[in-house]
Amino acid sequence: MGATRGTTPLLQVQGLTLAFGGVTAIEDVSFAVQRGEVLSIIGPNGAGKSSLLNLLSGVYAPQAGTLTWQGRAHRRFAPRRVARMGLARTFQNLALFKGMSVLDNVLAGRSLYGRSRWWAHAVRWPAAVREERAQRQRAEALLDAVGLAAWRAVPVGQLAYGLQKRVELARALAAEPELLLDEPMAGMGVDDKLALSACIVEANRVHGTTVVLIEHDMGVVMDLSDRIVVLDHGRKIADGPPDAVRRDPAVLAAYLGRAATAVH
Amino acid sequence: MDFFIEVLVGGMLAGVMYSMVAVGFVLIHKASRVFNFAQGAMVLFAALTFVGLVERGLPFAASLLTTLAVLVLLALLVERIVLRPLVNRPPIVLFMATLGLATVIEGLAQAVWGAQVHALDLGIADKPLDLGGVLISAFDLFAAATAGTLVAVFGWVFNRTRLGLRLRAVADDPLAALAVGVDLRRVMAAVWAAAGFVALVAGLLWGARLGVQFSLSLVVLKALPVLIIGGFSSMTGALVGGLLVGAGEKLAEVYIGPLVGGGIENWFPYVLALGFLFVRPEGLFGERSVARI
Repeated sequence: MGATRGTTPLLQVQGLTLAFGGVTAIEDVSFAVQRGEVLSIIGPNGAGKSSLLNLLSGVYAPQAGTLTWQGRAHRRFAPRRVARMGLARTFQNLALFKGMSVLDNVLAGRSLYGRSRWWAHAVRWPAAVREERAQRQRAEALLDAVGLAAWRAVPVGQLAYGLQKRVELARALAAEPELLLDEPMAGMGVDDKLALSACIVEANRVHGTTVVLIEHDMGVVMDLSDRIVVLDHGRKIADGPPDAVRRDPAVLAAYLGRAATAVH
Repeated sequence: MDFFIEVLVGGMLAGVMYSMVAVGFVLIHKASRVFNFAQGAMVLFAALTFVGLVERGLPFAASLLTTLAVLVLLALLVERIVLRPLVNRPPIVLFMATLGLATVIEGLAQAVWGAQVHALDLGIADKPLDLGGVLISAFDLFAAATAGTLVAVFGWVFNRTRLGLRLRAVADDPLAALAVGVDLRRVMAAVWAAAGFVALVAGLLWGARLGVQFSLSLVVLKALPVLIIGGFSSMTGALVGGLLVGAGEKLAEVYIGPLVGGGIENWFPYVLALGFLFVRPEGLFGERSVARI
């Protein structure tokens, strides 16, 4: 693996196709995610962005195509193994543990870590106690980083939507994922969008986390992304750096409608 | 005054017996939002199996361990065969499934071990102790201590350990739990195994008290008001609910009963539960559901 690192993409998607009955949501989509980059997948409503995310996180199984993770090809990602492989995600409509505190939500995000068994905790085994303390410290540090420390003990269900979104991001980052699949901006105000963007950039720059952003609004992701993939009606219509994508006639047509192409 | 205290304490100790059954419900409900009606059948199955093994000459400890193994296996099978395929169905579907399951387990238990009444002796004398002028049954004290320990241990696991955190995560949002890497199958297996263990403990204590017979599976009906009063997903609630129901029914029988011709002990807990449904539908320790509209 050592020799090929750098050239092998973290994730390679090849010929991915997903249909629900007669409706094709994703059709023959291929792209690669390089280590350490921020890749945004954008497209108008109904372009298939969320379906694609659900394929990448194992919620859906594709009818055709392969998903290659760190050089190993899979027919599909098994939902129970995705987190262990190093993928963490957020959800368009939030999937938080609403009855639990902010801190507990983030701690749940670290459920992959820690070796001690429950009975070791039960007898206050020193190693287990140390481990619990370390987990708690990491979670607290994350809360500080995303500006949630003040709400740590509040049940998540009582927070405003923008803050809940931030809790979800913190929980995903808590897993220290190789790849963060984030659908961050849906239904958010400008302040919240900026705060979230800052968190994502920090995770990428400081911790080297590879990020795939799913976003409807082209403007938001232009400054954040190294590369942009554009979907329309389930197909990939563009793939490249933000500036190139911004000028791409097919992208303009998809976003602005046929009239724009006529002028072009 | 001594008489009042005696009735109160006796009632509370009897109530703890209800708590023990309620704990089994809380375990499953907390982790999966399923009201497992078959918990009572599991109690019956446990007691019948244990008595059956003892009567066939197996030593006490060996019978206990074998029954525990059988119960855990039964619980795991139930989770695997009945509930896992029904995941993501509405709660009423799951409830109906456990209702059917209760009948199957009751039938199975009696098909294997027969339907006659067995005596069960745990070696704990059921004789009254004199504590400062108040007479208290030694057996009741033992049962109360057992139930108290169970509640304390489970409550601690739920709130203070990583297994508990995962459990609460699964209960709250299974999809999100999956996304953060919680192994749903392992968590559910742990919960059902624990519920099997609780059924065994309850089966032994109730079996020793009432004799091992079909009516053991009806103790679920006594656990119901306990759950409504305490809250369906709280260990502490199961304990406090049991104390309230036990004390309430005995005091009502002694002090109100004579005025209305007696025999109110059996239905008084349900009146109490009904009152709670009006005033505090989530129970004393239940999670108040937060709904945004």
